[in-house]
Amino acid sequence: MSHDFLQMHLKAVISCLLIFLYKVHTTKAGQFFSSGHTNNWAVLVCTSRFWFNYRHVANTLSVYRSVKRLGIPDSHIVLMLADDMACNYRNPKPATVFSHKNMELNVYGDDVEVDYRGYEVTVENFLRVLTGRLPPSTPRSKRLLSDDRSNILIYLTGHGGNGFLKFQDSEEISNMELADAFEQMWQKRRYNELLFIIDTCQGASMYERFYSPNLMALASSQVGEDSLSHQPDLAIGVHLMDKYTFYLLEFLEEVHPASQANMNDLFKVCPQSQCVSTPGHRTDLFQRDPGSVLITDFFGSVRKVEITKDTINLTSPVEPPIQRSGSGDIQIESLTYVDQLPVAEIIHQKPKQKDWHPPDGFILGLWTLILLVFFQTYGIKHLKHIF
Amino acid sequence: NINDDTLILLFILLDGTKNGETFAPAKDQFQEELVIRPLHSGDIYASFQFRTLWDTDFLQEGQKKVSHYRLFPKSLGQVLSKFSVQELHISFTQGFWRTMQWGQPFIPSPPGAELWVWFHDTVSDVDGNWKELTNVLSGIFCASLNFIDMTNTVQPSASFKPLGLGNATDHRFLRYATLPREIVCTENLTPWKKLLPCGSKAGLAVLMKSEKLFHSSFHSQAVHIRPICQDEQCTSKAWELRQTLNVVFDHYTSGQGKKEWSLFKMFSRTLTEACPLASSSKVYVDITDNPELFELSPATPLLSQAVVLGDRRTYSVYDLTRAETFGQLRSFNLLLRWKGDNMLRPLLHAERYVAGFGLQTGEIHTVIYNNHPYRAFPVLLMDSVPWYLQLYIHTLTVTSKSRDNKPSYIHYQPAKDRHRPHLLEMLIQLPPHSMTEVTVQFERALLKWTEYTPDPNHGFYVGSSVVSALVPSMVAMSTNFTQDQPLFSSFVPVKEESSYFVRVYTEPLLVNLPTPDFSMPYNVICLTCTVVAVGYGSFYNLLTRTFQVDEPSPPLAKRLANFIRRIRGVPLLA
Repeated sequence: MSHDFLQMHLKAVISCLLIFLYKVHTTKAGQFFSSGHTNNWAVLVCTSRFWFNYRHVANTLSVYRSVKRLGIPDSHIVLMLADDMACNYRNPKPATVFSHKNMELNVYGDDVEVDYRGYEVTVENFLRVLTGRLPPSTPRSKRLLSDDRSNILIYLTGHGGNGFLKFQDSEEISNMELADAFEQMWQKRRYNELLFIIDTCQGASMYERFYSPNLMALASSQVGEDSLSHQPDLAIGVHLMDKYTFYLLEFLEEVHPASQANMNDLFKVCPQSQCVSTPGHRTDLFQRDPGSVLITDFFGSVRKVEITKDTINLTSPVEPPIQRSGSGDIQIESLTYVDQLPVAEIIHQKPKQKDWHPPDGFILGLWTLILLVFFQTYGIKHLKHIF
Repeated sequence: NINDDTLILLFILLDGTKNGETFAPAKDQFQEELVIRPLHSGDIYASFQFRTLWDTDFLQEGQKKVSHYRLFPKSLGQVLSKFSVQELHISFTQGFWRTMQWGQPFIPSPPGAELWVWFHDTVSDVDGNWKELTNVLSGIFCASLNFIDMTNTVQPSASFKPLGLGNATDHRFLRYATLPREIVCTENLTPWKKLLPCGSKAGLAVLMKSEKLFHSSFHSQAVHIRPICQDEQCTSKAWELRQTLNVVFDHYTSGQGKKEWSLFKMFSRTLTEACPLASSSKVYVDITDNPELFELSPATPLLSQAVVLGDRRTYSVYDLTRAETFGQLRSFNLLLRWKGDNMLRPLLHAERYVAGFGLQTGEIHTVIYNNHPYRAFPVLLMDSVPWYLQLYIHTLTVTSKSRDNKPSYIHYQPAKDRHRPHLLEMLIQLPPHSMTEVTVQFERALLKWTEYTPDPNHGFYVGSSVVSALVPSMVAMSTNFTQDQPLFSSFVPVKEESSYFVRVYTEPLLVNLPTPDFSMPYNVICLTCTVVAVGYGSFYNLLTRTFQVDEPSPPLAKRLANFIRRIRGVPLLA
């Protein structure tokens, strides 16, 4: 009887252990594999030009810095800055962009790669990057090479209004265009989930028209409200950051690659008491519950590691280059350097042979007119006297 | 960390030699060098040169494609073989080189970005290769080189001969373009540093901190790739990649007004070790003016003499591959203290400016100074002007010492609107001790409103003129190019001993074009719609409206009376 009792006890203990392990499995490992994405991309855009819009560049660079710190590599970040603030001649500290007054934090850093800069930041280029319709000679660093398992973070900042965002003081993008671009991305399976953050005046109007699935959007202010800037620095002379992104940066500085902070915490960033404007968000198009979405799903980078104990044979070593023949075999003539300024040669240079082009439209028309008039007056029978 | 890497490298090398197998890997070597030249005004000029030499041939057809890269960066190697590039020179510069105060630079460069490429003579579509090459380079260097297109590319006919080996000098394979507006900042330095074998972690590249480098009067980084002779007999080619970084620190802004410089003050770092992959790592300090102008510490017995830019200069050499250079503290810091003042007279100097008033016409003046007391020499002036400044070539005048100076060679290619720029090349003989002025009038074009940049009131840039010259040298130059010379004196191949080749860039021009008011389309639409609505609408109403007389309804009493009268059959009231 004691033997049975012991057995029963053992079975109970084992089953308890199994249930416990199963629970652990669903919470940690289960969560690890349930998000459905395998790589992360970020498109960070600053759309304002001129020195007094320093804060927009600082906004974008602080998000860039956080995203790099949390693991997304430069090859997966498309950074677009419409103007150069760091090496601007009005910057009293060159090669720096500060986010806090008294120059506490240099968000520009020493290792930054800007993909689109200056005049290249246009609505057309932005939409081409999103939809992937770029000319074939565009280098890889300027392309968004995402696939259907990519989570993309898109951050826009600049001057905006009700339903539009201004690019470089000369053109705008409307919320309908943006919604259509996201729909194109969805139909071409260019994203798994997309997080859209915008820090402009009346930012919520930009996400009103979205209609594609798996989109989550955050804005710094509602329609009819202005987003305000945070604090000026008297040495640099301009406002350094916008309020919303300043508190967003503060929040992101606490996040590390293994952090479990989720989207609900992100929605609480910068309430009206701190931001003056009311930040808004939109989650109705998103399939998962925001409470279960980790910050690092969008701001960090997924590195799934598979451990294996098998040995792998590396390929055969590099093949030797063809040995050059010995000097005695063939008489190779020695090569020479070119004369840098051969005056005599230049003076006696023959004019370049220009390629012959058929006569242009106007000349052709003129000659046709002349010939027509000639034959009209004199008739065809006189041809034999001419030729 | 570096020690582990060197250990691994050692093992790989040993492995290769132990097997004694057939293959001799293509030999490549890396040298790094820093030259510090104190300038007379109290500023200091530092020039970094990193050279990778590789014994291979990217362009040989019979051989298999090169796939194993060691010291030579793979991104550049793939670019060379894909576009059949024979020579590539690209530079990014911030600031303008002041020849009158600083003398001649070791490697000159114009403000902004400059790219010139010699393609191999097997290329059939040079323009297509050029367009794709600029796009690829814009991705590698994070610069807007994709703005280089047919409207700012020229094909010089006599300037920019190849600096490397080559016998085909058919200028159809040369393309030159410059972007004077291009900004240089940390995002250009980052990928440039990543091309170095040691990155920015060891050797001289640790000194490259962007916060100090961009807080300077002049900053220029360049990449030069060309084929050179492998050995004395020059029977085979080797590829040379030179990465150069020239920077001039101003003693007012970076030096806090004191004429005293040290490596720590210039770069906020000291050197602790040489790059383990480098076969030579040296620091040269120009001490030709040592006793009178400044004093240098720590002193070193190693001296070297080199003839550079027509002058024999003496250099103190610090060899970083030797541990004694670093001393007790395992760190190497130079200290230079100024004592006196001296003036400098460069032999060749050029300036350029725009004259005239208003937004319709103007005049470009290029002034070239020859400061040699008794020798005259020829210079080749190359000007590339965008199409929206329409040059009147019949007003071109070249005067020296207020007399007409007819150039012995002129090549002019007129511009085609929105298609290609003007190209003017002239070979001018400069009389001794004189000033030569080249003037040409132009008219400004009105662009289409979509062709204006987002900030058109800033102005439009015109690229620098290039003055190439063979300046008579005071000291005999060495024509033996392959002997062991410091890198800074062996950039340009020397053909004759009595003169040295120099290239001087003028300032870029900033020209205002007549700018329209961009709010006018909106204003016109508003006004037109208002006029149409108010004017036409009311006119239409007047014409098509008909009028009917409408009797007012009678008061209640009258209506009642009329009702009773109708019943009685009596005539109604009015």
